[in-house]
Amino acid sequence: MDVFTDPKNFDAFVSGFLWILKLTGASAVCALVLGVLLAAMRVSPVPVLRGFGAAWVNIFRNTPLTLVIFFCYFGLFVTLGLSLSDDLELNIYWLGVIGLSIYTAAFVCEAVRSGINTVPTGQAEAARAIGLSFAQTLRIVVLPQAARSVVAPLGSVLIALCKNATIVGTIGLMESSNVMKDLINSYGNAVIPIFLVFAGTFAALLIPTGYFFGWLANKLAVKR
Amino acid sequence: MDNVTTGEPLIVLDSVNKWFGPLHVLDDVSLSVGRGEVVVVIGPSGSGKSTLCRTINRLEPINSGTITFDGQALPAEGKALAKLRSEVGMVFQSFNLFAHKTILENVTLGPIKVRGEKPAAARERGLALLDRVGIANQADKFPAQLSGGQQQRAAIARALAMQPKAMLFDEPTSALDPEMVGEVLDVMTSLARDGMTMVVVTHEMGFARHAANRVIFMADGKLVEDAAPAEFFANPRSERAKDFLSKILTH
Repeated sequence: MDVFTDPKNFDAFVSGFLWILKLTGASAVCALVLGVLLAAMRVSPVPVLRGFGAAWVNIFRNTPLTLVIFFCYFGLFVTLGLSLSDDLELNIYWLGVIGLSIYTAAFVCEAVRSGINTVPTGQAEAARAIGLSFAQTLRIVVLPQAARSVVAPLGSVLIALCKNATIVGTIGLMESSNVMKDLINSYGNAVIPIFLVFAGTFAALLIPTGYFFGWLANKLAVKR
Repeated sequence: MDNVTTGEPLIVLDSVNKWFGPLHVLDDVSLSVGRGEVVVVIGPSGSGKSTLCRTINRLEPINSGTITFDGQALPAEGKALAKLRSEVGMVFQSFNLFAHKTILENVTLGPIKVRGEKPAAARERGLALLDRVGIANQADKFPAQLSGGQQQRAAIARALAMQPKAMLFDEPTSALDPEMVGEVLDVMTSLARDGMTMVVVTHEMGFARHAANRVIFMADGKLVEDAAPAEFFANPRSERAKDFLSKILTH
């Protein structure tokens, strides 16, 4: 039971979760920006944009994330030669961020779009009636109200993203699940403790996240 | 009340048709509204009167015919349409105040974001408008904290803040508790007296009698009668109007 008392193993454990946090952080920002843009496209009056948004959602929401991440590595990097860093590890990290972002953006888009649908149509009509443009109506009137009802679902998307980040391990990043696999290979007698420590760490990160988003959603709710 | 119509009319609808699927909601409607004129549109529900009102600032696009505002055909979309809408105030049945903004922010949003007014100047004018509709003391509250009558008066102030050339009222008192109808009609009456061009869809026959220059009666998407209020209420010409009036005036 001295798996984690060995400093080498403990460092691997910490750096594995740091990768997860970095993947989650960068992908969350990219996916949020991309997802809101996609949602704006899906409610826009321009058919081409609506089609683009719908196609994105349908393609990436219905493709297993493992395939998306594999495509980023074998398609974008190996075949098309897209290299994002000279450092091998950082290159894999950024390819992972791309994959996680385009995949998660589809879910963010749908959460935001359902949030937009909770805003009564009269709000947008009133905004247009005083002469606001489509973009202004969305930015000033609709999205701020949609955002409040979308906080809780976005929390779920973030939690899923954090767990999904382990899939970047499949293209070679030494994130937590890869570290766990290595430790289990070396310490076959401690499989269950190792598993519990990794699962417990995820739970310790994500359970408070869930409660935080629930609290935030209540605090920001719009009174009607 | 004098008929103050002068020069070319401000709003002209010519042979306007609109369908919702198979339903012919506006059937060859032609109407012109002069500057400073107050036109009240009445009719049974489903007669197309709200739709008519909403076509004037193109919240509802039309299928055929033309609508001109201030000598210009309604733009189809984009900046030109936004500009037109900024010149036509609209008051909705369900108020539609921006729920996440205070009453004063509701009133100043258009002037600041559409007209590019300085926030301080817009605030000052906004407060004056709220004072005019009698709710200056509610300026920093959110819409949900106000009564229906107060919300609708705030919505009128929001529309007035854009200094519109005309105001459209789409059943402005239909969602109000009875005791709050009067305060909203008072504000509308004072606007009419000040010479605002108004198209008012309403069931308030008292308002139609004393504030309107003309009464339009609609049924089944058609404009059936167009007459001065005294004449319309005393001598409706069509059977539909007679029937409608007999149902609402006997109670």
